[in-house]
Amino acid sequence: MAGAGRGHGNGATNGRSPRYSAWDLARRGLTGEAWPPAWRKHELRPSYDVVIIGGGVHGLATAHYLAANHGITDVAVLDKGYIGGGGSGRNTAILRSNYLTPEGIAFYDRSLELYRGLAADLNFNVMFSQRGHMTLAHNDASLRTMRWRAEVNKLVGVDSEVIDPDEVAKLVPRMDVSSEARYPILGALWHPPGGIIRHDAVVWGYARGADSRGVQIHQNTEVLGIDVVAGRVTGVQTSRGAVSAPIVVNCTAGWSSLISDMAGVEMPVHTFPLQAAVTEPVQPFLDPVVVSGTLHVYVSQTDRGELVFGASVDPFASYSTRGSLEFIEGLAGHVLQLMPSLHNLRLLRQWAGLCDMTPDYSPIMGPTPVEGFYVDVGWGTYGFKAGPVSGEQMAACIATGATPELIAPFALSRFAAGELVGEKGAAAVGH
Amino acid sequence: MITLSCPWCGPRNVTEFAYGGESGARPDPATATPQPWRRYLYTNANPAGPVTETWLHRAGCRRYLVVERDTTTNEILAIRRPGGAPSTSARHATTGRATEQRP
Repeated sequence: MAGAGRGHGNGATNGRSPRYSAWDLARRGLTGEAWPPAWRKHELRPSYDVVIIGGGVHGLATAHYLAANHGITDVAVLDKGYIGGGGSGRNTAILRSNYLTPEGIAFYDRSLELYRGLAADLNFNVMFSQRGHMTLAHNDASLRTMRWRAEVNKLVGVDSEVIDPDEVAKLVPRMDVSSEARYPILGALWHPPGGIIRHDAVVWGYARGADSRGVQIHQNTEVLGIDVVAGRVTGVQTSRGAVSAPIVVNCTAGWSSLISDMAGVEMPVHTFPLQAAVTEPVQPFLDPVVVSGTLHVYVSQTDRGELVFGASVDPFASYSTRGSLEFIEGLAGHVLQLMPSLHNLRLLRQWAGLCDMTPDYSPIMGPTPVEGFYVDVGWGTYGFKAGPVSGEQMAACIATGATPELIAPFALSRFAAGELVGEKGAAAVGH
Repeated sequence: MITLSCPWCGPRNVTEFAYGGESGARPDPATATPQPWRRYLYTNANPAGPVTETWLHRAGCRRYLVVERDTTTNEILAIRRPGGAPSTSARHATTGRATEQRP
């Protein structure tokens, strides 16, 4: 399909982003030559082959793989704000694949595989640090679920094992593993391939990769309506004018049901805010990612030394991203139960992102009853770690017109058919 | 901090309440086929704006209440008892709850 090189740029950018290399860095450092933008601005064209709504990691990865794997480059990615301004820039950047159902594990493991090779694929440093992921068990029921998860993981070929409190203490020396704790640690699910990544870099890397292949990224372009004629999508109405397209993909998060409503597609989605917080930077002391489902908290230390805390979603549905005092109070208490020595650490900031929660804690991917209207939504609190594989599989789904096996279990039709993919045991809090 | 005014107990911290989701008419379990039943279970409006929902005063009188709330601001638009609930005095007579706590 045509698309690349149509020359509709706005003049501010006359070339594609160069290949980043040590040589180029040294040369530009010495000569002072400016770096061209990693992605360009464009006038909105009246038509595209594919319009993707939502410029987060899912939308941009879908655009990137449409161009890179399938040669479909006449693609527009529309975002009502700036790219990576939604869930992609608000998550706690934790990656793992130790899910509960074989469907979920296979899917997230493919994502982790893509993440491992992403820096080389995109020629962009995404700072993936595979430092291990630990989920604590504070009671017998959790420990049983951990064993269940470990065994299913091993069966599918994912590295997971249950470890005892002594091993937990070795991996995280500051953890209170004594039996006097309010919620004593009985063991943990240890998942060495898990880790953290720089989420902004993933968004920017995919944006640059897509842009260099001819995809147009349109920021500050809000979708106001979706045109459907006789059960077929024909285009979208935006704040910058109408665009016709035979294929429209909904890659939004908290707003996914509002976007699907525009096409007349009902979604089993509730939008909940998820809050997170970060402390002042301190010297490195915490290597793995530590999660406690019982205490509703997960902790990791960034490369800058800040501790990043996350929790479960707010107790009621909302589109408000205001932080709440209850969240911070609960979070601080729970973190101190795990690591009492952090008591005089100060919080720098807190924020919230919007999560589109589904009844079974699994996503909704693939075609819808409206022909040409695809969804990659319902990503709840676990969307970021699935970005690459979702992009890859959605691109294949759109390009071939057939739903790939990996995402077939996540079809919208599963709710009417009663074939839910229950991932609550591994996805509800355990990031 | 959000305050909800319980129709029976008066203004209380939102942490005393449990969120029950959007209110909707339940299909008749005796006659409903799986399709409308699943639609009732899973599908909802999820609006960005005013919505009518059910809450439970879990750490208080343990009664259900109907809350109208704007989901973009969390502003409470109205709170009332579920339809057909007995009057305040009748309820208070059975629970012994002080009447001056009424909103």
